[in-house]
Amino acid sequence: MAAAITARAHGLSVLVLDEQPSAGGQIFRNIETLEATRNSEFIKLGKEYELGSSLVRRFKKCGADYFPDRSVWQIDNNLQIHHVSTSASKSNSANSSHCQAKRLLLAVGAMERPMPLPGWTIPGVMPCTAADVLYKSSGFIPDGKVVLAGSGPLLLLIGCRLLDVGVHVSAFLDTSMNGALLKALPLLPNALRSHKYLIRGLSLLWKIRKAGIPFFSGLQNIEALGSSKLEKVRIRKSGKSFDVKADLLLLHNGVVPNVQITRNLGCEHRWYDVQRYWEPIVDNWGNTSVDDVSIAGDCGRVAGAAISEASGHLAALETVYQLGIISQTERDKLSRTHRIELAKHQHVRPFLDKLFQPSKKWLIPEDDKTLACRCEEVNVSEIRETVRMGIKDPDRLKSMTRCGMGYCQARMCGLTVSEIIAEENKVSPEEIGYFRVRSPIRPVTLGQVAEID
Amino acid sequence: MFKKQYESHESVSIIFEGKRLNVEKGLTVAAALLVSGNTVFRSSVVSGQPRAPYCMMGVCFECLIEIDGIPNQRACMAPVREAMKIKRQIKP
Repeated sequence: MAAAITARAHGLSVLVLDEQPSAGGQIFRNIETLEATRNSEFIKLGKEYELGSSLVRRFKKCGADYFPDRSVWQIDNNLQIHHVSTSASKSNSANSSHCQAKRLLLAVGAMERPMPLPGWTIPGVMPCTAADVLYKSSGFIPDGKVVLAGSGPLLLLIGCRLLDVGVHVSAFLDTSMNGALLKALPLLPNALRSHKYLIRGLSLLWKIRKAGIPFFSGLQNIEALGSSKLEKVRIRKSGKSFDVKADLLLLHNGVVPNVQITRNLGCEHRWYDVQRYWEPIVDNWGNTSVDDVSIAGDCGRVAGAAISEASGHLAALETVYQLGIISQTERDKLSRTHRIELAKHQHVRPFLDKLFQPSKKWLIPEDDKTLACRCEEVNVSEIRETVRMGIKDPDRLKSMTRCGMGYCQARMCGLTVSEIIAEENKVSPEEIGYFRVRSPIRPVTLGQVAEID
Repeated sequence: MFKKQYESHESVSIIFEGKRLNVEKGLTVAAALLVSGNTVFRSSVVSGQPRAPYCMMGVCFECLIEIDGIPNQRACMAPVREAMKIKRQIKP
């Protein structure tokens, strides 16, 4: 949205394809409707949400051609972009379309890192942002007993929102890495320069502790139990197991960039070891290694809404410069305020990334029977056995086990697979690499492909 | 699994597994079914285990369901429409 505003301000013709039904992405999801029809809830979501609302308003007025409900499924080398309706149905069968771009800016955001554990496919187990989506877009809140499990600021934030609306949270299972605070401490002095985030984080933690929710850390295992519906969560700590009754288990193990499109386009990626994910390699302006393709926001280094907005403005200024509309000097001059904004929010990131670095234990499930690939139902033990046959390449593993071949196209198992292969070979996932992401990057029907002119 | 905080103003009626269901306008199919207590959307392709929506944002493809005769639609991305016919994808 920020990029569209800046690009339009310099007279570019801008097309925005959004997979969601309305502007706002995930953080500011459904923000226009919320503000207009459920204002008390809108206010409850806090000050950042108000800022988001002003951003959406400016975006809607900027003159960009905005198309919600569009899923991009293929981008050709010449930047011809193919897209279909996200909610395709019979009533809008003419839903395939394509367009030609001079420059492409990807702002596809991030997703929660999948947190495989025994029973995580049982209905009633979800990532914590799923509850947030249902709250923001539908006004729904969890019914019954909720168990929160994981690590990261987002889990604290969503946990507090649940408490605010009177949800019964029966346990908080903390999976933070032992000694992470000690490792992060050297980064604290610089983080204090954006102390607002730290105060906010502490107040969230304080709220959860004060609410008297049973808090468990140093866990050996977490298991979801139930058949067609979650019934309880089994926790193992200090060699002992005990059960907590639950209707909903909300998981969280950090946020990772959505690299499906950048991978598909062949952009170079690097392994970010602290947060254990791949990110596209970019310069100061968001340019990737592929000509005329840049990124902004959390589909690069995950850093939240404020940094994403600033990076959007910067990437747009670069685009305007690349298209010859402003000079390099003008670009640099215009970027100054955005660089200051960026720096203001960035001080705290290295500290937070270190403090909430995912613990190895929760990246690869200890229980070998746990499904890593939800779609094709491939468990950890099958992956390990295949790796022990000498398979080091994720794509070869895929063709042998079907792991990563299902509907989600490895979005849910990709990181786990790289971690397991790396562990078996005692190397970093950086040496192993990732699945090759091929078109279509979203499943499309042959009918939709046939509609292409 | 999930409940409403307040009563809705406008509703549409959808047909789920042959039964009429009145749901709030503007919801996604996934949200509408979840709040009506329908938690199983399909069975998994290999072992036939029950599956429900997971990520709610179009990433995981767990909530695939048949809408108006077209299978494998993401229920979390499709808004409900009057007289929409929805069927679970259950393995026989």
